[in-house]
Amino acid sequence: MTTLKYPTFIPRPKEEYSGFIGTIWSWVTTVDHKKIGTLYGVTAFIWFLVGGIEALLIRLQLATPEAKVLSPEVYNQVFTMHGTTMIFLVVMPLSAAFFNWIVPLQLGARDVAFPRLNAFSYWTFLFGGILLNLSWIFGEAPNAGWFAYAPNSSFPYNPGYGVTFWILGLQALGVASLAAGFNFLATIINLRAPGMSFFKLPVFIWMTAVVNVLIVLAFPIITVALLQLMFDRQFGTNFFNALQGGDPVMWQHLFWLFGHPEVYILILPAMGIVSEVLPTFSKKPLFGYSFIVFSGIAIGFLGWFVWSHHMFTVGLGPAANSAFAISTMLIAVPTGVKIFNWIATLWGGSIRINSSLLFSVGFIAMFVIGGLSGVTHASPPSDAQQQDTYYVVAHFHYVLFGGSILGLFSGIYYWWPKMTGRILNEKLGVAHFLVTLVGFNVTFFPMHWIGMDGMPRRIFTYPEGMGWDLGNLISTLGAFAIALGTLIFIFNVFFSNRGPKNAGNDPWDARTLEWTIPSPPPHYNFAKIPEVKYRDDFWFQKYPELAHGEVSGASVSEENNDEGHHIEMPDMSYYPFFLSLSIALILGSLLDLSWNGSWIIAGVGIFMFVWSLLGWSFEPVNEETSNQKDH
Amino acid sequence: MSEVVTAHDEAHHNSTGIDTRKLLMWIFLGSDCLFFGSFIATYLVYRNRSLVGPYPSEILDIPLTTISTFVLLMSSLAMVLALNYTQRDKPVAGRYWTLATACLGAIFLGFQVYEFNHFVNLGLTPKTNMFGTTFFVLTGFHGAHVTFGVLWLLTFAFSCLTTSLKERAIIVLSIIGFLMIFFATLMSDWLHVIPHVPFNTVMAVGGAGALILLISVILLRKTSTPKGIAESQTMNLELSGLYWHFVDIVWIVIFTIIYLVSAKDVAPIIGM
Repeated sequence: MTTLKYPTFIPRPKEEYSGFIGTIWSWVTTVDHKKIGTLYGVTAFIWFLVGGIEALLIRLQLATPEAKVLSPEVYNQVFTMHGTTMIFLVVMPLSAAFFNWIVPLQLGARDVAFPRLNAFSYWTFLFGGILLNLSWIFGEAPNAGWFAYAPNSSFPYNPGYGVTFWILGLQALGVASLAAGFNFLATIINLRAPGMSFFKLPVFIWMTAVVNVLIVLAFPIITVALLQLMFDRQFGTNFFNALQGGDPVMWQHLFWLFGHPEVYILILPAMGIVSEVLPTFSKKPLFGYSFIVFSGIAIGFLGWFVWSHHMFTVGLGPAANSAFAISTMLIAVPTGVKIFNWIATLWGGSIRINSSLLFSVGFIAMFVIGGLSGVTHASPPSDAQQQDTYYVVAHFHYVLFGGSILGLFSGIYYWWPKMTGRILNEKLGVAHFLVTLVGFNVTFFPMHWIGMDGMPRRIFTYPEGMGWDLGNLISTLGAFAIALGTLIFIFNVFFSNRGPKNAGNDPWDARTLEWTIPSPPPHYNFAKIPEVKYRDDFWFQKYPELAHGEVSGASVSEENNDEGHHIEMPDMSYYPFFLSLSIALILGSLLDLSWNGSWIIAGVGIFMFVWSLLGWSFEPVNEETSNQKDH
Repeated sequence: MSEVVTAHDEAHHNSTGIDTRKLLMWIFLGSDCLFFGSFIATYLVYRNRSLVGPYPSEILDIPLTTISTFVLLMSSLAMVLALNYTQRDKPVAGRYWTLATACLGAIFLGFQVYEFNHFVNLGLTPKTNMFGTTFFVLTGFHGAHVTFGVLWLLTFAFSCLTTSLKERAIIVLSIIGFLMIFFATLMSDWLHVIPHVPFNTVMAVGGAGALILLISVILLRKTSTPKGIAESQTMNLELSGLYWHFVDIVWIVIFTIIYLVSAKDVAPIIGM
């Protein structure tokens, strides 16, 4: 059959690179889900350190009454950027790092469905994060809180660059998350190994699917909210301008309609990780697989009907408050179901205690505390006492740090051997866990008390004699303990990196497909695409006597250790990088419309956008796009 | 060692039988529903909350927008025909209908440009009142979607249905011809979007454009494209078709809510 000759715009990237520049170029043009996962992980961890330093600055300022570490203006910027960084630049991309690394491996696929789109997601995330943090250089970081309530964030009350940077940076991060969301959903739906029906999927994949459905449906809402705020600020529209009949509460509705599903976007990946770690180290199948899966779906569904519990004190009226109180209490049920299932998974298992399991167990314990304090402010009268106090700060750090971050660390210890071929040092890992867990509780538990004593959030200092002094001092000491724990982890990474690559295919005697292939996996992952018969298929290949009915005797791991197969993999491409860069330029040009240079930046951005989009479309790469003719 | 595995089918093993790109498009459209849904919800929340005029009843021209809506709906028909001919490996008809779809989309955009300009002349800008704010931003983002669709279809017609450089040049020529008529119309006294252009210039630009368009349309009735090319591009066109129909459906909702439901909105009703 004749094929079309597409117009080529610039030469294709080469297959092999050498030298320093070559190495950088090979990372810029990569479409390999494993390398992109590594990029996501490393970048997110660097932002984790940045957000952590911001947290330490906050704690230093609050350690003693009337402290003068930060000025009130800088304090506002630091707490805003701490929240924004930790949510959008740490927990979400760290989860994305696991999606990238693990989802194709657990599905038995060679890559995600759209490898270039995947690279595009990463680069857009990176440029969005840089755009957001460029605000520090201008001396005006965002200062309106991570929720940027209008009209506090509207132009008349906040005329600096800060909020504009926040809007544009978040817009880029939203594009990145959306692109990744489309990609992972398509991957999970269409790239499952033969025989892997939906109810044979590992729970981590299920939770990834729920998270990405939430991303795909929640991020357009924040996109619209940000557009409206941007139009208000830059073009003088009236969306949140009360003088013209606009309604600031509208911003709160749109923001929390996104913001509450976002909370589950942050926690469900950790829940997926824990659901993989616990069965492996208890040598038992996950207790109540279907219950856990349906609970995850129920959380994802109910997560859409609880947003106004962030607004109990706004004055929406008793009917709205009651409805949202009920839905909020209801969502604790599927979460509780999961907790019991995890405990039942551990119960009676032959438990192997190591750092990964410890972090997972820590996750369960801390998440229970955070969940219980969460239920206390599901009730509007009780919430009226707690709203905007440190009690709320304690609550969401128990679910986001005690939940998400501990869960993600559990995943790091669990999959590190698969990613690098080396097992992280156990003693240092346990030390990391203990210091982090103790430091975490020392930091955040006292906040329950000072919150109940009435200390408000977001104040830069407090007078002596309010009864908050001791609690705040203890909190600050705890924060430095968490920092110490993180340093132990960094040391562990470098220390373990000196050891031999001796992890082998399956160091934990685990259950899912990623452990059938070498560590680190070859470029093509699976030499032969596995066929799946059971949930936890690998486990029953290793222990056929445990399966009901016959099991194919063929061991996948042997076949997959073959080398020299000629497998066609997607080609490298630089268009994703330039398309992301062009979006960052176009967004950046909106920063200051009165500056003439903006037009030049916008022009360059639009030109680059069109060029990369056309180049992307017509690039002859070996992925889904070019395979249409074969079918 | 080195047993060659042609892993193509394996590597792109497909679990559901649904084309993965089509799946991606559907997921994107689901996401886009929430995008427009949020803007439409905002419009409805702020309906009847303008403190100053012009109010919708004073400014909306329903017959005019009915015509532009009809044009957009006809573009969906053209889209269906374009896809149908391409599927049956008929590149000439496929190309005509693809260009016709883009052309009808562009005419719809022309109506929108005229309407925006007309409203601004009547004193309604995005800054004026809540109606202006919500109206311009909602319909503006819909127009941006249509614009993207027009460019997508033109790119498709230019690059995917022919292998000949000459035919591509003629397609560009036809687009130039259409744009000349388009701008001549906007410059005319009748629409007055681009004011103060002498009548002779308008006629010259419009006439030359019509001539170029006519000649290029006649030249495009033959193609040197080999058999099989058009058919192989079906999925590419189907994806843009999904997008196009979605954007049309969104317009039906917008037209109903803005032009039909709130057409009689007059004075502000505050505090209800």
